[in-house]
Amino acid sequence: MFNFQIDIFKLTVMLDKNGIAKRIAQEVKDGYYVNLGIGIPTLVANFVRDDINVEFQSENGVLGMGPFPFEGEEDADIINAGKQTITTLPGASFFDSATSFGMIRGQHVDLTILGAMEVAENGDIANWKIPGKMVKGMGGAMDLVASAENIIVAMMHTNRAGVSKLLKRCSLPLTGVGCVTKIVTNLAVLEVTPAGFKLVERAPGVTVEEIKTATEGHLIVEGSVPEMPI
Amino acid sequence: MISKKVASVKEALDGVQDGMTFMLGGFGLCGIPENAIAELVASNIKDITCISNNAGVDDFGLGLLLHKRQIKKMISSYVGENEEFERQMLSGELEVELTPQGTLAEKCRAAQAGFPAFYTPAGYGTEVAEGKETREFNGKMYVLEEAFKADFSFVKAWKGDEAGNLIFKGTARNFNPCMCGAAKITVAEVEELVPAGELDPNQIHIPGIFVQRIFQGSNYEKRIEQRTVRKR
Repeated sequence: MFNFQIDIFKLTVMLDKNGIAKRIAQEVKDGYYVNLGIGIPTLVANFVRDDINVEFQSENGVLGMGPFPFEGEEDADIINAGKQTITTLPGASFFDSATSFGMIRGQHVDLTILGAMEVAENGDIANWKIPGKMVKGMGGAMDLVASAENIIVAMMHTNRAGVSKLLKRCSLPLTGVGCVTKIVTNLAVLEVTPAGFKLVERAPGVTVEEIKTATEGHLIVEGSVPEMPI
Repeated sequence: MISKKVASVKEALDGVQDGMTFMLGGFGLCGIPENAIAELVASNIKDITCISNNAGVDDFGLGLLLHKRQIKKMISSYVGENEEFERQMLSGELEVELTPQGTLAEKCRAAQAGFPAFYTPAGYGTEVAEGKETREFNGKMYVLEEAFKADFSFVKAWKGDEAGNLIFKGTARNFNPCMCGAAKITVAEVEELVPAGELDPNQIHIPGIFVQRIFQGSNYEKRIEQRTVRKR
Protein backbone atom coordinates (compact mmCIF):
# COMPACT_ATOMS: atom_id res chain seq x y z
CA MET A 1 0.00 0.00 0.00
CA PHE A 2 2.79 2.37 0.96
CA ASN A 3 4.67 1.68 -2.26
CA PHE A 4 1.46 2.21 -4.25
CA GLN A 5 1.05 5.69 -2.79
CA ILE A 6 4.65 6.57 -3.54
CA ASP A 7 4.09 5.52 -7.16
CA ILE A 8 1.07 7.76 -7.50
CA PHE A 9 3.01 10.67 -6.09
CA LYS A 10 5.76 10.10 -8.62
CA LEU A 11 3.28 9.83 -11.49
CA THR A 12 1.69 13.16 -10.75
CA VAL A 13 5.02 14.97 -10.88
CA MET A 14 6.20 13.40 -14.13
CA LEU A 15 4.41 15.54 -16.71
CA ASP A 16 1.72 18.06 -15.94
CA LYS A 17 -1.14 19.14 -18.18
CA ASN A 18 1.03 21.74 -19.88
CA GLY A 19 3.69 19.09 -20.52
CA ILE A 20 1.12 16.86 -22.24
CA ALA A 21 -0.07 19.83 -24.30
CA LYS A 22 3.50 20.73 -25.23
CA ARG A 23 4.17 17.23 -26.54
CA ILE A 24 0.93 17.13 -28.52
CA ALA A 25 1.75 20.51 -30.06
CA GLN A 26 4.60 18.75 -31.89
CA GLU A 27 1.98 16.75 -33.81
CA VAL A 28 0.49 19.94 -35.25
CA LYS A 29 1.90 20.50 -38.74
CA ASP A 30 2.04 23.47 -41.10
CA GLY A 31 -1.25 23.96 -42.94
CA TYR A 32 -3.36 21.96 -40.46
CA TYR A 33 -6.92 22.79 -39.47
CA VAL A 34 -7.16 21.58 -35.87
CA ASN A 35 -10.09 21.00 -33.52
CA LEU A 36 -9.21 21.24 -29.84
CA GLY A 37 -11.47 19.73 -27.19
CA ILE A 38 -12.11 21.14 -23.73
CA GLY A 39 -9.47 20.76 -20.98
CA ILE A 40 -5.85 19.78 -21.72
CA PRO A 41 -6.41 19.99 -25.53
CA THR A 42 -7.21 23.71 -25.23
CA LEU A 43 -3.69 24.25 -23.83
CA VAL A 44 -2.12 22.83 -27.01
CA ALA A 45 -2.64 26.16 -28.81
CA ASN A 46 -0.16 27.79 -26.41
CA PHE A 47 2.69 25.54 -27.57
CA VAL A 48 2.32 25.40 -31.34
CA ARG A 49 5.44 26.67 -33.15
CA ASP A 50 4.96 30.21 -34.34
CA ASP A 51 6.77 29.63 -37.65
CA ILE A 52 3.95 27.44 -39.01
CA ASN A 53 0.44 28.34 -40.17
CA VAL A 54 -2.35 26.57 -38.34
CA GLU A 55 -6.04 27.38 -37.94
CA PHE A 56 -8.02 26.28 -34.90
CA GLN A 57 -11.63 25.27 -35.37
CA SER A 58 -14.15 25.44 -32.56
CA GLU A 59 -17.25 23.39 -33.27
CA ASN A 60 -19.66 26.06 -32.04
CA GLY A 61 -18.85 27.90 -35.25
CA VAL A 62 -15.48 29.58 -35.69
CA LEU A 63 -12.38 28.87 -37.71
CA GLY A 64 -9.26 30.93 -37.05
CA MET A 65 -9.59 31.20 -33.29
CA GLY A 66 -7.14 33.57 -31.59
CA PRO A 67 -6.07 34.10 -27.98
CA PHE A 68 -8.28 35.26 -25.12
CA PRO A 69 -9.28 38.95 -25.43
CA PHE A 70 -7.65 41.72 -23.44
CA GLU A 71 -9.61 42.66 -20.35
CA GLY A 72 -12.51 44.92 -21.31
CA GLU A 73 -12.60 43.62 -24.88
CA GLU A 74 -14.60 40.46 -24.18
CA ASP A 75 -17.53 39.93 -26.54
CA ALA A 76 -20.38 37.68 -25.35
CA ASP A 77 -21.04 36.80 -29.00
CA ILE A 78 -17.55 35.41 -29.61
CA ILE A 79 -16.81 32.28 -27.59
CA ASN A 80 -15.24 28.84 -28.07
CA ALA A 81 -16.75 25.41 -27.43
CA GLY A 82 -15.73 25.70 -23.78
CA LYS A 83 -17.90 28.85 -23.56
CA GLN A 84 -14.76 30.94 -23.00
CA THR A 85 -14.49 34.42 -24.51
CA ILE A 86 -12.00 34.39 -27.41
CA THR A 87 -10.74 36.53 -30.27
CA THR A 88 -10.31 35.77 -33.95
CA LEU A 89 -7.23 36.05 -36.17
CA PRO A 90 -6.98 37.50 -39.69
CA GLY A 91 -8.63 35.03 -42.09
CA ALA A 92 -11.12 33.81 -39.50
CA SER A 93 -14.72 32.91 -40.31
CA PHE A 94 -17.97 32.24 -38.45
CA PHE A 95 -20.58 29.67 -39.51
CA ASP A 96 -23.61 27.77 -38.26
CA SER A 97 -23.52 24.46 -36.37
CA ALA A 98 -24.55 22.31 -39.33
CA THR A 99 -21.75 23.79 -41.46
CA SER A 100 -19.33 23.34 -38.57
CA PHE A 101 -20.08 19.65 -38.29
CA GLY A 102 -19.99 19.40 -42.07
CA MET A 103 -16.32 20.39 -41.77
CA ILE A 104 -15.84 17.68 -39.15
CA ARG A 105 -17.96 14.90 -40.68
CA GLY A 106 -16.66 15.69 -44.15
CA GLN A 107 -13.09 15.18 -42.88
CA HIS A 108 -11.92 18.68 -43.73
CA VAL A 109 -10.36 19.05 -40.27
CA ASP A 110 -6.85 17.55 -40.23
CA LEU A 111 -6.38 16.83 -36.54
CA THR A 112 -8.70 16.35 -33.58
CA ILE A 113 -7.38 16.48 -30.02
CA LEU A 114 -9.68 15.54 -27.18
CA GLY A 115 -9.75 14.31 -23.60
CA ALA A 116 -11.03 10.94 -22.40
CA MET A 117 -12.08 9.07 -19.29
CA GLU A 118 -11.07 5.72 -20.81
CA VAL A 119 -9.40 4.44 -23.97
CA ALA A 120 -9.33 0.76 -24.92
CA GLU A 121 -6.52 -1.09 -26.69
CA ASN A 122 -8.77 -1.41 -29.79
CA GLY A 123 -9.13 2.38 -30.04
CA ASP A 124 -12.56 2.66 -28.37
CA ILE A 125 -13.03 5.84 -26.33
CA ALA A 126 -15.38 6.79 -23.47
CA ASN A 127 -15.69 10.37 -22.27
CA TRP A 128 -19.31 11.47 -21.82
CA LYS A 129 -21.09 9.57 -19.10
CA ILE A 130 -20.70 7.67 -15.82
CA PRO A 131 -24.03 5.83 -15.43
CA GLY A 132 -25.97 6.96 -12.36
CA LYS A 133 -23.31 9.47 -11.33
CA MET A 134 -22.36 11.96 -13.96
CA VAL A 135 -23.78 12.85 -17.34
CA LYS A 136 -22.18 15.77 -19.11
CA GLY A 137 -23.39 14.76 -22.53
CA MET A 138 -21.33 14.00 -25.58
CA GLY A 139 -21.43 17.48 -27.08
CA GLY A 140 -19.55 17.23 -30.36
CA ALA A 141 -17.31 14.36 -29.26
CA MET A 142 -19.27 11.56 -30.96
CA ASP A 143 -19.28 13.42 -34.28
CA LEU A 144 -15.58 14.19 -33.96
CA VAL A 145 -14.40 10.68 -33.11
CA ALA A 146 -16.65 9.00 -35.68
CA SER A 147 -15.38 11.18 -38.51
CA ALA A 148 -11.83 12.32 -37.89
CA GLU A 149 -9.01 10.20 -39.30
CA ASN A 150 -6.36 11.67 -37.05
CA ILE A 151 -7.41 11.64 -33.39
CA ILE A 152 -5.07 12.24 -30.47
CA VAL A 153 -6.29 11.72 -26.94
CA ALA A 154 -4.80 13.93 -24.22
CA MET A 155 -5.27 12.59 -20.71
CA MET A 156 -3.69 11.48 -17.47
CA HIS A 157 -2.54 7.85 -17.60
CA THR A 158 -4.49 6.95 -14.47
CA ASN A 159 -7.51 8.45 -12.70
CA ARG A 160 -7.38 10.18 -9.31
CA ALA A 161 -7.69 6.81 -7.55
CA GLY A 162 -4.64 5.55 -9.46
CA VAL A 163 -6.65 3.24 -11.73
CA SER A 164 -5.45 2.91 -15.33
CA LYS A 165 -7.41 4.75 -18.03
CA LEU A 166 -5.78 2.65 -20.78
CA LEU A 167 -7.84 -0.51 -20.70
CA LYS A 168 -8.45 -3.82 -22.46
CA ARG A 169 -12.08 -2.78 -22.89
CA CYS A 170 -13.82 0.43 -21.85
CA SER A 171 -16.12 -0.01 -18.86
CA LEU A 172 -18.03 3.26 -19.41
CA PRO A 173 -20.55 3.94 -22.20
CA LEU A 174 -18.64 4.48 -25.44
CA THR A 175 -18.25 7.72 -27.34
CA GLY A 176 -16.87 5.98 -30.41
CA VAL A 177 -15.49 2.63 -31.56
CA GLY A 178 -12.00 1.89 -32.87
CA CYS A 179 -11.22 5.53 -33.55
CA VAL A 180 -8.28 6.68 -31.40
CA THR A 181 -4.91 6.64 -33.19
CA LYS A 182 -2.58 8.18 -30.63
CA ILE A 183 -2.57 8.89 -26.89
CA VAL A 184 -0.37 11.33 -25.00
CA THR A 185 -0.45 11.00 -21.22
CA ASN A 186 1.61 12.31 -18.31
CA LEU A 187 3.72 9.13 -18.65
CA ALA A 188 3.97 8.26 -22.31
CA VAL A 189 3.12 8.57 -25.99
CA LEU A 190 1.31 5.51 -27.28
CA GLU A 191 -0.08 4.46 -30.64
CA VAL A 192 -3.15 2.30 -31.00
CA THR A 193 -2.30 -0.71 -33.19
CA PRO A 194 -4.28 -3.85 -34.07
CA ALA A 195 -2.15 -5.65 -31.45
CA GLY A 196 -2.68 -3.13 -28.64
CA PHE A 197 -1.06 0.02 -27.20
CA LYS A 198 2.39 0.48 -28.70
CA LEU A 199 4.71 2.44 -26.41
CA VAL A 200 6.41 5.08 -28.54
CA GLU A 201 7.95 7.50 -26.03
CA ARG A 202 8.39 7.84 -22.28
CA ALA A 203 7.91 11.07 -20.35
CA PRO A 204 11.22 12.35 -18.97
CA GLY A 205 12.34 10.23 -16.02
CA VAL A 206 9.56 7.65 -16.38
CA THR A 207 10.58 4.00 -16.77
CA VAL A 208 8.99 1.40 -19.05
CA GLU A 209 8.19 -0.58 -15.91
CA GLU A 210 6.19 2.33 -14.46
CA ILE A 211 4.23 2.68 -17.69
CA LYS A 212 3.52 -1.07 -17.74
CA THR A 213 2.21 -0.91 -14.18
CA ALA A 214 -0.09 2.00 -15.04
CA THR A 215 -1.45 0.39 -18.22
CA GLU A 216 -4.20 -2.22 -17.88
CA GLY A 217 -4.53 -2.88 -21.61
CA HIS A 218 -1.95 -4.80 -23.65
CA LEU A 219 1.25 -2.75 -23.89
CA ILE A 220 3.68 -3.44 -26.72
CA VAL A 221 7.29 -2.52 -25.98
CA GLU A 222 9.78 -2.93 -28.81
CA GLY A 223 13.47 -2.29 -28.21
CA SER A 224 14.52 0.71 -26.18
CA VAL A 225 11.85 3.38 -25.86
CA PRO A 226 13.12 6.96 -26.19
CA GLU A 227 12.18 9.86 -23.92
CA MET A 228 9.82 12.51 -25.27
CA PRO A 229 11.71 15.31 -26.99
CA ILE A 230 10.32 18.14 -24.86
CA MET B 1 -42.45 42.70 -49.54
CA ILE B 2 -44.22 40.22 -47.31
CA SER B 3 -43.99 41.61 -43.80
CA LYS B 4 -43.19 39.27 -40.93
CA LYS B 5 -43.04 41.98 -38.31
CA VAL B 6 -45.03 41.59 -35.11
CA ALA B 7 -45.32 44.25 -32.44
CA SER B 8 -44.28 42.32 -29.36
CA VAL B 9 -42.92 39.08 -27.98
CA LYS B 10 -46.46 38.31 -26.76
CA GLU B 11 -47.81 38.50 -30.29
CA ALA B 12 -44.83 36.50 -31.55
CA LEU B 13 -45.69 33.63 -29.20
CA ASP B 14 -49.38 33.53 -30.12
CA GLY B 15 -50.54 29.91 -30.42
CA VAL B 16 -47.99 28.44 -28.05
CA GLN B 17 -49.62 25.65 -26.02
CA ASP B 18 -48.89 23.08 -23.32
CA GLY B 19 -47.25 19.90 -24.60
CA MET B 20 -45.72 21.48 -27.70
CA THR B 21 -42.20 20.90 -29.05
CA PHE B 22 -39.92 23.92 -29.42
CA MET B 23 -36.53 24.45 -31.02
CA LEU B 24 -34.41 27.09 -29.32
CA GLY B 25 -31.20 28.46 -30.79
CA GLY B 26 -28.01 29.14 -28.87
CA PHE B 27 -24.81 27.49 -27.72
CA GLY B 28 -24.47 27.76 -23.97
CA LEU B 29 -25.84 31.25 -23.32
CA CYS B 30 -24.43 32.59 -26.59
CA GLY B 31 -27.13 33.54 -29.09
CA ILE B 32 -30.12 32.35 -27.05
CA PRO B 33 -33.56 33.90 -27.70
CA GLU B 34 -33.68 35.69 -24.35
CA ASN B 35 -36.98 37.50 -24.95
CA ALA B 36 -38.87 34.39 -26.07
CA ILE B 37 -37.54 32.37 -23.14
CA ALA B 38 -38.59 35.09 -20.66
CA GLU B 39 -42.08 35.11 -22.18
CA LEU B 40 -42.33 31.30 -22.03
CA VAL B 41 -41.34 31.44 -18.35
CA ALA B 42 -43.98 34.13 -17.66
CA SER B 43 -46.68 32.25 -19.61
CA ASN B 44 -46.47 29.26 -17.25
CA ILE B 45 -46.76 26.95 -20.24
CA LYS B 46 -45.99 23.34 -19.23
CA ASP B 47 -45.09 19.84 -20.42
CA ILE B 48 -43.01 21.21 -23.25
CA THR B 49 -40.25 19.45 -25.17
CA CYS B 50 -37.22 21.63 -25.91
CA ILE B 51 -34.70 20.96 -28.65
CA SER B 52 -31.64 22.99 -27.73
CA ASN B 53 -27.94 22.21 -27.63
CA ASN B 54 -27.71 23.12 -23.93
CA ALA B 55 -30.20 23.97 -21.24
CA GLY B 56 -28.76 27.28 -20.11
CA VAL B 57 -27.34 27.62 -16.61
CA ASP B 58 -29.12 27.26 -13.29
CA ASP B 59 -30.48 30.80 -13.26
CA PHE B 60 -30.56 31.87 -16.90
CA GLY B 61 -31.64 30.72 -20.33
CA LEU B 62 -33.57 27.44 -20.41
CA GLY B 63 -32.45 26.89 -16.83
CA LEU B 64 -35.31 29.25 -15.89
CA LEU B 65 -37.87 26.94 -17.53
CA LEU B 66 -36.26 23.88 -15.92
CA HIS B 67 -36.39 25.54 -12.54
CA LYS B 68 -40.17 26.00 -12.84
CA ARG B 69 -40.57 22.40 -14.07
CA GLN B 70 -42.12 23.60 -17.31
CA ILE B 71 -40.01 21.25 -19.41
CA LYS B 72 -41.07 17.61 -19.76
CA LYS B 73 -38.32 16.58 -22.13
CA MET B 74 -34.98 18.03 -23.29
CA ILE B 75 -33.23 17.06 -26.51
CA SER B 76 -29.64 18.32 -26.14
CA SER B 77 -26.02 17.40 -26.68
CA TYR B 78 -24.43 18.82 -23.54
CA VAL B 79 -25.63 19.48 -20.01
CA GLY B 80 -22.30 19.96 -18.28
CA GLU B 81 -22.84 23.48 -16.95
CA ASN B 82 -26.28 23.03 -15.46
CA GLU B 83 -26.55 21.33 -12.07
CA GLU B 84 -30.36 21.44 -11.94
CA PHE B 85 -30.53 19.79 -15.36
CA GLU B 86 -28.17 17.02 -14.25
CA ARG B 87 -30.12 16.55 -11.01
CA GLN B 88 -33.53 16.33 -12.74
CA MET B 89 -32.09 13.96 -15.32
CA LEU B 90 -30.41 11.61 -12.85
CA SER B 91 -33.53 11.54 -10.62
CA GLY B 92 -35.73 10.76 -13.61
CA GLU B 93 -37.92 13.88 -13.21
CA LEU B 94 -36.85 15.09 -16.63
CA GLU B 95 -36.87 13.06 -19.80
CA VAL B 96 -33.62 13.64 -21.70
CA GLU B 97 -32.56 12.58 -25.17
CA LEU B 98 -28.84 13.22 -25.52
CA THR B 99 -27.91 13.65 -29.15
CA PRO B 100 -24.46 14.24 -30.67
CA GLN B 101 -24.03 17.93 -31.46
CA GLY B 102 -23.52 17.52 -35.20
CA THR B 103 -26.49 15.16 -35.40
CA LEU B 104 -28.60 17.67 -33.48
CA ALA B 105 -27.68 20.41 -35.96
CA GLU B 106 -28.33 18.16 -38.95
CA LYS B 107 -31.72 17.00 -37.58
CA CYS B 108 -32.68 20.69 -37.58
CA ARG B 109 -31.28 21.35 -41.03
CA ALA B 110 -32.97 18.21 -42.42
CA ALA B 111 -36.31 19.48 -41.10
CA GLN B 112 -35.62 22.86 -42.69
CA ALA B 113 -34.62 21.36 -46.03
CA GLY B 114 -37.27 18.66 -46.30
CA PHE B 115 -35.19 15.55 -45.70
CA PRO B 116 -36.98 12.96 -43.53
CA ALA B 117 -33.72 11.37 -42.37
CA PHE B 118 -30.00 11.05 -43.04
CA TYR B 119 -27.09 8.73 -42.30
CA THR B 120 -24.28 9.86 -40.01
CA PRO B 121 -21.28 8.00 -38.58
CA ALA B 122 -21.71 9.77 -35.21
CA GLY B 123 -22.73 7.45 -32.41
CA TYR B 124 -22.26 4.20 -34.30
CA GLY B 125 -21.45 1.42 -31.81
CA THR B 126 -22.66 3.53 -28.85
CA GLU B 127 -25.94 3.69 -26.94
CA VAL B 128 -27.01 6.59 -29.18
CA ALA B 129 -27.41 4.10 -32.05
CA GLU B 130 -29.47 1.58 -30.04
CA GLY B 131 -32.72 0.74 -31.83
CA LYS B 132 -31.75 2.71 -34.92
CA GLU B 133 -31.17 1.43 -38.42
CA THR B 134 -27.48 1.17 -39.37
CA ARG B 135 -25.97 0.73 -42.79
CA GLU B 136 -22.58 0.36 -44.41
CA PHE B 137 -21.42 2.76 -47.11
CA ASN B 138 -17.94 2.31 -48.63
CA GLY B 139 -16.78 0.12 -45.77
CA LYS B 140 -17.88 2.45 -42.96
CA MET B 141 -20.90 2.14 -40.68
CA TYR B 142 -23.56 4.84 -40.38
CA VAL B 143 -26.65 5.43 -38.23
CA LEU B 144 -30.00 6.57 -39.66
CA GLU B 145 -31.19 9.71 -37.85
CA GLU B 146 -34.57 11.30 -38.44
CA ALA B 147 -35.35 14.99 -38.93
CA PHE B 148 -36.90 16.81 -35.98
CA LYS B 149 -40.57 17.74 -35.93
CA ALA B 150 -41.36 20.87 -33.94
CA ASP B 151 -44.21 23.33 -33.47
CA PHE B 152 -42.15 26.50 -32.95
CA SER B 153 -38.55 27.56 -33.54
CA PHE B 154 -37.30 30.43 -31.40
CA VAL B 155 -34.16 32.00 -32.80
CA LYS B 156 -32.08 35.06 -32.07
CA ALA B 157 -30.26 37.11 -34.71
CA TRP B 158 -28.17 40.28 -34.63
CA LYS B 159 -29.98 42.22 -37.34
CA GLY B 160 -33.17 41.54 -39.19
CA ASP B 161 -35.58 43.35 -41.48
CA GLU B 162 -39.37 43.41 -41.74
CA ALA B 163 -39.22 40.77 -44.48
CA GLY B 164 -37.73 38.34 -41.95
CA ASN B 165 -34.21 38.34 -43.43
CA LEU B 166 -31.59 37.64 -40.76
CA ILE B 167 -27.92 38.38 -40.13
CA PHE B 168 -26.11 36.76 -37.22
CA LYS B 169 -23.05 37.90 -35.32
CA GLY B 170 -19.98 35.88 -34.31
CA THR B 171 -20.54 32.51 -32.69
CA ALA B 172 -24.04 33.63 -31.63
CA ARG B 173 -24.99 32.17 -35.02
CA ASN B 174 -24.56 28.49 -33.96
CA PHE B 175 -27.87 26.56 -34.17
CA ASN B 176 -30.04 29.57 -34.97
CA PRO B 177 -29.85 29.42 -38.80
CA CYS B 178 -30.38 25.62 -38.80
CA MET B 179 -33.60 26.01 -36.81
CA CYS B 180 -35.14 28.63 -39.11
CA GLY B 181 -37.93 27.05 -41.09
CA ALA B 182 -37.42 23.76 -39.26
CA ALA B 183 -40.64 24.07 -37.24
CA LYS B 184 -44.21 24.95 -38.24
CA ILE B 185 -43.65 28.54 -37.09
CA THR B 186 -40.28 30.26 -36.77
CA VAL B 187 -40.09 33.25 -34.44
CA ALA B 188 -36.99 35.43 -34.78
CA GLU B 189 -36.00 38.08 -32.28
CA VAL B 190 -33.31 40.57 -33.26
CA GLU B 191 -31.18 43.21 -31.60
CA GLU B 192 -31.88 45.59 -34.45
CA LEU B 193 -34.99 45.45 -36.65
CA VAL B 194 -34.78 47.61 -39.76
CA PRO B 195 -37.18 48.36 -42.64
CA ALA B 196 -36.95 46.14 -45.71
CA GLY B 197 -34.29 47.39 -48.11
CA GLU B 198 -31.79 48.48 -45.48
CA LEU B 199 -29.90 45.20 -45.31
CA ASP B 200 -27.62 44.29 -48.21
CA PRO B 201 -29.15 41.18 -49.88
CA ASN B 202 -25.59 39.87 -50.39
CA GLN B 203 -25.04 39.74 -46.65
CA ILE B 204 -28.24 37.91 -45.59
CA HIS B 205 -27.54 34.64 -43.72
CA ILE B 206 -31.16 33.42 -43.59
CA PRO B 207 -33.76 34.53 -46.15
CA GLY B 208 -37.11 35.68 -44.77
CA ILE B 209 -38.99 32.76 -46.31
CA PHE B 210 -37.77 30.65 -43.36
CA VAL B 211 -39.17 33.10 -40.80
CA GLN B 212 -42.88 33.63 -40.00
CA ARG B 213 -42.62 36.24 -37.24
CA ILE B 214 -39.92 38.76 -36.38
CA PHE B 215 -39.77 41.27 -33.54
CA GLN B 216 -37.42 43.81 -32.04
CA GLY B 217 -35.95 42.25 -28.89
CA SER B 218 -35.11 44.26 -25.78
CA ASN B 219 -32.98 44.24 -22.64
CA TYR B 220 -30.43 41.69 -23.84
CA GLU B 221 -28.29 40.52 -20.95
CA LYS B 222 -25.89 38.45 -23.07
CA ARG B 223 -24.34 36.75 -20.08
CA ILE B 224 -20.83 35.36 -20.43
CA GLU B 225 -20.35 31.88 -18.95
CA GLN B 226 -16.55 31.79 -18.91
CA ARG B 227 -15.01 35.22 -18.94
CA THR B 228 -11.44 34.52 -20.05
CA VAL B 229 -9.01 37.37 -20.69
CA ARG B 230 -5.27 37.94 -21.06
CA LYS B 231 -3.04 40.66 -19.67
CA ARG B 232 -2.10 43.59 -21.86
